[in-house]
Amino acid sequence: MSISAVTPARTGFSFAQYLTCLNGIVWREALRFLHQRERFVSALVRPLVWLFIFAAGFRQVLGISIIPPYETYILYEVYIAPGLMAMIQLFNGMQSSLSMVYDREMGNMRTLLVSPLPRGYLLFCKLLAGTAVSLLQVYAFLLIAWFWDIAPPPIGYLTVLPALMLAGLMLGALGMLISSGIKQLENFAGVMNFVIFPMFFASSALYPLWRVQEGSPVLYYVCQFNPFTHAVELIRFALYGQVNWMSLAVVGGCTAVFMIGAIYAYDPSRGLIRRSPAGGDA
Amino acid sequence: MWRRCLLSILAAWLAAATPAAAFIAYVSNEKGNTVSVIDTDSWSVTKTIKVGQRPRGIEFTRNGKFVMVAVGDDDKIEVIDTAIQQVVDSLPSGPDPELFTQDAAGKTLYVANENDNTVTVIDLDKRVRVGDIQVGVEPEGMALSPDGKILINTSETTNMAHFIDTATREIVGNVLVDARPRFAEFKRDGSELWVSSEIGGTVSVIDPASHAVIDKIAFSIPGLRREAIQPVGIGMTRDGKTAFIALGPANRVAVVDAATHKVSKYLLVGQRVWHMVFTPDEKYLLVTNGVSNDVSVIDVAAQKVVKTIQVGELPWGITMAPQ
Repeated sequence: MSISAVTPARTGFSFAQYLTCLNGIVWREALRFLHQRERFVSALVRPLVWLFIFAAGFRQVLGISIIPPYETYILYEVYIAPGLMAMIQLFNGMQSSLSMVYDREMGNMRTLLVSPLPRGYLLFCKLLAGTAVSLLQVYAFLLIAWFWDIAPPPIGYLTVLPALMLAGLMLGALGMLISSGIKQLENFAGVMNFVIFPMFFASSALYPLWRVQEGSPVLYYVCQFNPFTHAVELIRFALYGQVNWMSLAVVGGCTAVFMIGAIYAYDPSRGLIRRSPAGGDA
Repeated sequence: MWRRCLLSILAAWLAAATPAAAFIAYVSNEKGNTVSVIDTDSWSVTKTIKVGQRPRGIEFTRNGKFVMVAVGDDDKIEVIDTAIQQVVDSLPSGPDPELFTQDAAGKTLYVANENDNTVTVIDLDKRVRVGDIQVGVEPEGMALSPDGKILINTSETTNMAHFIDTATREIVGNVLVDARPRFAEFKRDGSELWVSSEIGGTVSVIDPASHAVIDKIAFSIPGLRREAIQPVGIGMTRDGKTAFIALGPANRVAVVDAATHKVSKYLLVGQRVWHMVFTPDEKYLLVTNGVSNDVSVIDVAAQKVVKTIQVGELPWGITMAPQ
């Protein structure tokens, strides 16, 4: 109660103040990322293992069919590249949420949450910071993939950027929403298994949906309702300079819903965070 | 000064914005008994022409006005008038004509008759059959040396490339190659003859002067059985630097350095890639994919497949108008 008494009213912040806040959060995330070189390497190794080992083995198995946005036959490596880009973002989204659980355990989150700026804005800055980090990882992956003959049209590297931003925000917001319900760092591993793997495998990241439909119509519908599928398709089309409007709508909508959910969940007076007593120092 | 700059920028922009000259490709669909017409501007099929049964070998006449297509099951060669895009005439051949080639002047046509072990010689002006040459069993590949003096015919079952003197119409040499030779192609300077062997899985490089096999190009694609690699069609750039070889059910086109005979790259195309043709400006190479019923377009400079176009059933041969 006393905090609200000494805090200035939550209106009338200048643009510069908002920027300072954004700068602070993004810079902290960037520093953290730069200081954890293993994290960068492991973020790259994961998709590269899929690309070099898994895709090489499955090259002949998948069969061929031309589906948009492709205009000719493609190797399996080329097909899964957008899925792996989204996977990088999925892991990154979850990992930056993991860091929120850590922040909460360590007490750093209080520093963040006592900022006079609106909580929604703070969380959004945090999401932006996480997305920026994932962009670095994705472009590093694209660079290596280029040497592996996965070369989308040059303009694709630019057109994919907004798609990556949106997909990064959606996956980050989802991670944030999930992290709000986690009391301890240790619990997060379980959630990773329950969220990341089902989301990744029940999507169009590894196999085209027509192929899934042939195998199991039920799974096909599960994949259709999986927002990760739409993140993958949004990235896939954007990488070839095209827009998949359906995926854009789904990813946009999900980002909004997850974001609102996260803001709600991180509100101590109402949200799920309440279940974690005293900011999680249990 | 700045006005001149502006004008030159405008001129450059206009030049860039003007689409490349459109070419027309004709594709024979072996099972569909049709010929698909592809416009290279829109990369789409603009017309499908009904022809006789089992169309395979297809080529433009030298004047670019007609397309000849061998309709094997009708034992003749049909002639399509490209102005009205209809079959207007036919040429006599032996039974089951498959592939053919013509001399530089476009006056004589040499046809391989698969079921008759002969090569038929046709006078294109008079449109009559003027002779037959006995060759090996199941003749198929046909090529004429750049000087027009030597005609090559490959026989699928005899596994030979026959060297035929075009003046005397006599066989002057036989070269044994690997199993099922399908196609023969001379380098533009006549220094080498390449013969693809479908079952043998190799391309034999032959010295036309000594009739000796001087090199054999073999292929290997990770993850593919050796039997799946069956070289058929061959295309060489005018500068003689690069060759493209269709590898049939391997669904790949091999890019080969024509000087060193080394494979540099494999390009993924449709299923059972068979024959190919360059656009006259050599910017693109079009290949027919028999089983997937389409034609893939390869950007020659970038060595990349850029597009695949649906055509009729079982596309086999392809030709383009000479410029």
